[in-house]
Amino acid sequence: MSPAWARALRVARLVATDPQVCGGVVVRAGAGPVRDLWLDRLAGELGPGRPFRRMPAGIADDRLLGGLDLAATLAAGRPVAQSGLLAEADGGCVVVPMAERLSPGTAARLAAALDTGEVRAERDGLAARAPARIGLILLDEGQGDDARVPEALADRLAFRLDLTGIAWGETQGAAAEAEPNPAEPDVDIDIDAAVADLCGVAVALGIASLRAPLLALRVVRLLAKEGALGTADLREAACLVLAPRATRLPPSPEEADAAPPERSEPPAPDDAAPPEAGLEPGAESLVEAARAAIPPDLLARLAQAGPAPSAPKAGRVGAVMQAPRSGRPAGIRPGSPRTGRLALLPTLRAAAPWQRLRAGAGGAPRLIQVRSEDFRITRFRQCSETTTIFAVDASGSAALERLAEAKGAVELLLAEAYVRRDKVALVAFRGSEAEIVLAPTRALARARRGLSALPGGGGTPLAAGLDAAGDLARAVRRSGGTPVVVVLTDGRANVARSGAPGRAAAGAEALNAAGLLRAAAIRTILIDTAARPQEAAWRLAEAMGARYVPLPYADAAAMSTAIRSAR
Amino acid sequence: MIVNGSIRAMSLKPVSAASASETPPILRAAGSGKAPRTNPGGAAPTFPFSAIVGQDEMRRALLIAAVDPSVGGVLVFGDRGTGKSTAIRGLAALLPPMSAVVGCPYACDPGRPAEQCHLCREKPVLRAESIPVPVVDLPLGATEDRVVGALDLERALTRGEKAFEPGLLARANRGFLYIDEVNLLEDHLVDLLLDVAASGVNTVEREGLSIRHPARFVLVGSGNPEEGELRPQLLDRFGLAVEVTTPTDLPTRIDVVRRRDAYERDPAAFCAGYAKADRAIRKALTAARARLPGLGVPDATLEAAARLCLALGTDGLRGELTLMRTARALAAYEGAETVGLDHLARIAPSALRHRLRRNPLDESGSTARVARAVEDLLAR
Repeated sequence: MSPAWARALRVARLVATDPQVCGGVVVRAGAGPVRDLWLDRLAGELGPGRPFRRMPAGIADDRLLGGLDLAATLAAGRPVAQSGLLAEADGGCVVVPMAERLSPGTAARLAAALDTGEVRAERDGLAARAPARIGLILLDEGQGDDARVPEALADRLAFRLDLTGIAWGETQGAAAEAEPNPAEPDVDIDIDAAVADLCGVAVALGIASLRAPLLALRVVRLLAKEGALGTADLREAACLVLAPRATRLPPSPEEADAAPPERSEPPAPDDAAPPEAGLEPGAESLVEAARAAIPPDLLARLAQAGPAPSAPKAGRVGAVMQAPRSGRPAGIRPGSPRTGRLALLPTLRAAAPWQRLRAGAGGAPRLIQVRSEDFRITRFRQCSETTTIFAVDASGSAALERLAEAKGAVELLLAEAYVRRDKVALVAFRGSEAEIVLAPTRALARARRGLSALPGGGGTPLAAGLDAAGDLARAVRRSGGTPVVVVLTDGRANVARSGAPGRAAAGAEALNAAGLLRAAAIRTILIDTAARPQEAAWRLAEAMGARYVPLPYADAAAMSTAIRSAR
Repeated sequence: MIVNGSIRAMSLKPVSAASASETPPILRAAGSGKAPRTNPGGAAPTFPFSAIVGQDEMRRALLIAAVDPSVGGVLVFGDRGTGKSTAIRGLAALLPPMSAVVGCPYACDPGRPAEQCHLCREKPVLRAESIPVPVVDLPLGATEDRVVGALDLERALTRGEKAFEPGLLARANRGFLYIDEVNLLEDHLVDLLLDVAASGVNTVEREGLSIRHPARFVLVGSGNPEEGELRPQLLDRFGLAVEVTTPTDLPTRIDVVRRRDAYERDPAAFCAGYAKADRAIRKALTAARARLPGLGVPDATLEAAARLCLALGTDGLRGELTLMRTARALAAYEGAETVGLDHLARIAPSALRHRLRRNPLDESGSTARVARAVEDLLAR
């Protein structure tokens, strides 16, 4: 049995001890025997007495929260309530498959149940309230740059497990008995010190949420049971709860001047104050323990996460359009059939309880009386298509070495866009002006021709380039699409909008143009094509609200990966 | 009316954990006359308002809304896990009780005939009782019929009678309506709320029923902007908007976690430790409400408020009005003799930040813009 699997089993045991206190687990794994085995073990730990329920994807409110049981109501002639899944799972666990596809609404309902330990529904003429002291098992099947589990929900769960790397063979055999490490003695510790240590570790690992140390503390108490709190419990809680949430590696004494990570992010402006100074010795050893438990691919995943996207979210499938008339059904709402598509069954359901009353009031008996307030219409969601606009710096400084690579990256993305039926557009700026080399198109061959014919050299009219990209993006949005602007530049503007040369004026105008892009809430990515990351480019990215990707040694394939992960 | 005092019996009496685990799920028709009591904290007593660490702006905004409900609600936006819901539920626990007509489903004020419902106006004699201020949760997934009220399902089914079953808006009258994750609320419910919040009257036209009843409430919303933007029309309805962030300094963080842990281990004992502080806030609230009507706003303050709004280019008069009202409520709460520029300066960010037009050429956040304007105009 491998240590990772042993840890997974330990988490299962802790969750089963008290699901509500732990909140639950985010389990990152594809569907497969290892995940099934883990779920079996968890169900076994829970025992037959406590519920272990699976929530179907796209569950409706009446099943999740409870509501009117129509069949029973009509049969009994009085309102009969049915309880929802959350209430039925009281005291146990709810398994949520494909949690990365949970809608924000469902996530918020689950979060409310976790927070209050009960479920409240005000639905269908019923006010229902039932205890729902549950733990959630979120099965995250997201791969790479796919959607991720809603942070609001994951934040409330104590544990995060990654079963992807565990082979079936590792799950067999007995667990190796943990030898007590003489270097890490188990000493009793008082609660105040434990709180201080856990908070310190959380800050050292760059965990902003306060729920993390609180959940870790709950786990410490679970581990300690009746006995006194020990440093070993503290270490284990830090490894299980805090380490998987780390957003940065804690500074290590030995690796103080180790090689910098290959893809360094500029420091986030809202970073917590440097915590190391105030760390107590106890917390320091905890940090070390947690560091060992940090997943090895943390940096890769961090690079993927990037900053929070701004206003209109452009995922890889484009923003959700407001109130479309077609697309994927996303629930039912009361409304007039004139403004949407009538949902026949829900309409009849809404009308059913009132039939007796209406038959009495209306006089002549009719088969079924449906009135305007019964009408239910289907809500739809539809995602608009994404148009990626490349604004390429084709000036002399960029052309020297990077233009060929930029062209290569665009070509790779073109192929990918073709598969996804996305559109691409190309804006180039050089000399004294910007031009739209390629209007939004899906024609791969044309795009490739336009790209390879792109000449390089001359000054850098950055402001004009950004303006042109912004105009194009707004046009795309007006026509119902979702624009993403990818700017490839070294940020060294030297030609103003008027065409006049001058580094200072051109720089100021570029920042101004970047601000306009941000104000229009256009999603942007800035790829610094300079051989060394440029401060000018980084400032520009900040002004744009763009994701900044410096590519000191990147080739076309790496650049393409960065863009894909950033979207 | 069938819905009686039991709705409003919102005493925050703790239900012991043992008895809660034995009771079967409470599921019943809303019209059964025993609509569930809104105990926002579930089985345990709520986390005391006075035990919240930091978040001064949020606490101030909530207290101001409690002093003067006419300021128009509070919107709390911010990071995950910063105690947004905790503060609002805590406020509910310490509000001083109010006087209401016995048996009125809308908890009408016996002293204000103009704001009473049709039932109370028809009664010759009104008996009054003291009840806790309602704080009603609007849970996500609520259906329209439960929000505005609809035909009483049970009576329709069993007796074939038409009777109005008041909804959440009726229960929230004269109190607070709290919407967690307000940005995830369904569009058609938002439209409904906008209309009622603006007029203070809920109009129900369904199933041949035609009912108007008072629905004046303080709208309190909380949410995380990352999970969806709020429509500008709804944004504008909130008098105050506060942004909360996770504290970044270690001692504050330790303090937060320590208090939360103590509360989770023994809620009753923890709350008892803060009962005195909560009582002090309640007393201050009562005193502030008494002081409010007599508190004048000097011309200099009014002029400064007008200049501030002009400089920031807020739309309409709502900004000015809210600024003046909130500054006055703040002064009343602090026991000040008059509404000074200092009150104005401190409340301006909360009262104005969500009313600014986006200026494409000014990239600083709206909070910074308000702060700059305050510095320019109110510095002496």
